Amino acid sequence: MIVLIARTAEWAGRRASVGSVDEANLPRADLTLTLRQPSMLAVMSIPPTMHEIQGPVIHVQGLEKSYKGLRVLRGVDLEVARGSIFALLGSNGAGKTTVVKILSTLLKADTGTARVNGFDVATQAADVRESISLTGQFAAVDDILSGRENLVLVARLRHLKDPGAIADDLLRRFALTGAGTRRVATYSGGMRRRLDIAMSLIGSPPVIFLDEPTAGLDPQARIEVWQAVRKLTAGGTTVLLTTQHLDEAEQLADRIAILHQGRIVVDGTVSELKQLLPPAKVEYVERQPSLEDVFLAVVGAAGEEDRDGDVTRSNEDRKTTSNEQ
Amino acid sequence: MATHFLGDTAVLTGRTMRHVTRSLDTIITTTITPIAMMLLFVYVFGGAIDTGTVSYVDYMLPGILLITIASGISYTAFRLFTDMQGGIFERFQSMPIARSGVLWAHVLTSLAANVISLVFVVGVALLMGFRSGAGVPAWLAVAGILILFTLALTWIAVIPGLTAKSVDGASAFSYPLIFLPFVSSAFVPTGTMPGPVRAFAEHQPVTSIVNTIRDLFTQQPVGTDIWTALAWCGGILIVAYVLANIAYRRRIS
Repeated sequence: MIVLIARTAEWAGRRASVGSVDEANLPRADLTLTLRQPSMLAVMSIPPTMHEIQGPVIHVQGLEKSYKGLRVLRGVDLEVARGSIFALLGSNGAGKTTVVKILSTLLKADTGTARVNGFDVATQAADVRESISLTGQFAAVDDILSGRENLVLVARLRHLKDPGAIADDLLRRFALTGAGTRRVATYSGGMRRRLDIAMSLIGSPPVIFLDEPTAGLDPQARIEVWQAVRKLTAGGTTVLLTTQHLDEAEQLADRIAILHQGRIVVDGTVSELKQLLPPAKVEYVERQPSLEDVFLAVVGAAGEEDRDGDVTRSNEDRKTTSNEQ
Repeated sequence: MATHFLGDTAVLTGRTMRHVTRSLDTIITTTITPIAMMLLFVYVFGGAIDTGTVSYVDYMLPGILLITIASGISYTAFRLFTDMQGGIFERFQSMPIARSGVLWAHVLTSLAANVISLVFVVGVALLMGFRSGAGVPAWLAVAGILILFTLALTWIAVIPGLTAKSVDGASAFSYPLIFLPFVSSAFVPTGTMPGPVRAFAEHQPVTSIVNTIRDLFTQQPVGTDIWTALAWCGGILIVAYVLANIAYRRRIS
């Protein structure tokens, strides 16, 4: 592991700081972004913001997982502050779903530790399950039951009193009252997802995992889901969502981590991430870089192979970064 | 968690039972094959088969009942497979519930769905002239054996339900099970079969089960067949249960 410290004075007068990064995942510096600020491509972690003072509700360290020799996770570290929306951003196959499955006790990690709400996912799985809700990649609803029956089912399984009232309340909050008695098979994609998220809310678990909550939805349905997700944190719930849509992360997340080739390559708020790629010369670049620019710069072009060799070199190139302090 | 096992299993069974009652076509397709076979054998082939003093419909009903169960459990595999494909299985597994309740719900539902199918097929057989002078204890014994057989085949069905890669794969396993009664004493006396076939027919599970049920229906002494039948059912049940649980653990770890 190497540690890079970026000198921040040059860019927007802002302090960014230490990132601990494995050389294997450093992006190549010779993308289109070279024009702007090659030296600032250092992969970094931006210091946590204020609400992490209470201690992270999700704490992941050195998580590794292989499937039949394929190393999906190669040492994932992340922390999620209580009450925040945290987006895990990455392309297909980056390992997002694997992280979510390990955190929700569906998979066991090969090495590393993960704690959710203070409980270890490996040794205190039952306590973790009491603390979480998972909304998987495919809407986890029962097509044959009605929307209301789905909600009642989950309320019963969580051993709550008056499942019917809980179901009616959620139908109202998620604008599904009219469709409550219809079979879920007749729902639109957006309605299914809303029901899915409503089911995750039952029992008010402190942590909710949403794995690609808007995959396959039309723009209108996406906005509906976004609104539903925002409502979750109003009550202090922590949301960890995965997405491959950069605008989604930008819309929803307090903090964003980019997962690439099994590691977190960058971690920060949207504005902090944007600060990673400031214009080198003001007259050169007028618009602010979008998060998409950051993402592509950090992870490199899609479909590229692992390039451990190159990375070490590009890291050398990046010697312009220096220790502050 | 153990304290919730019964309650959770009951809630989950209620859910899968709704799948059955809301798609009654699955019951109809389950029973249509055995009923068609029953019509074919009784009204077409039956006249040429010598079953002694027993009427042919009485003779072949036990085999038809086993075929009904074998075709019924393919829906168990199908329902389980569908749960695995959708996100609902993972939702259940990530909830604070008794995890094995998810499987037991499918097993109990399979049992209930097969009982409905069996009652329906027996009803049709009665219309076709099936009669039995068996008393309540004999009927209970028949029910017990059929339930044990259903449980054994259901746990077999759980394995492809958990491990199949496609819907076809999940339900195709039942074809050999449906075929097995044909090479048994279910439709023709085994004495008419050539040596090796006869040897197989007389030593496979279906023959002992069919003979036991037939003896119970016709009020004959069951002899040792009932013990062979129970041993087969119990043995298959235990092996299938163990394998299904291994498949389940692989699936959730």
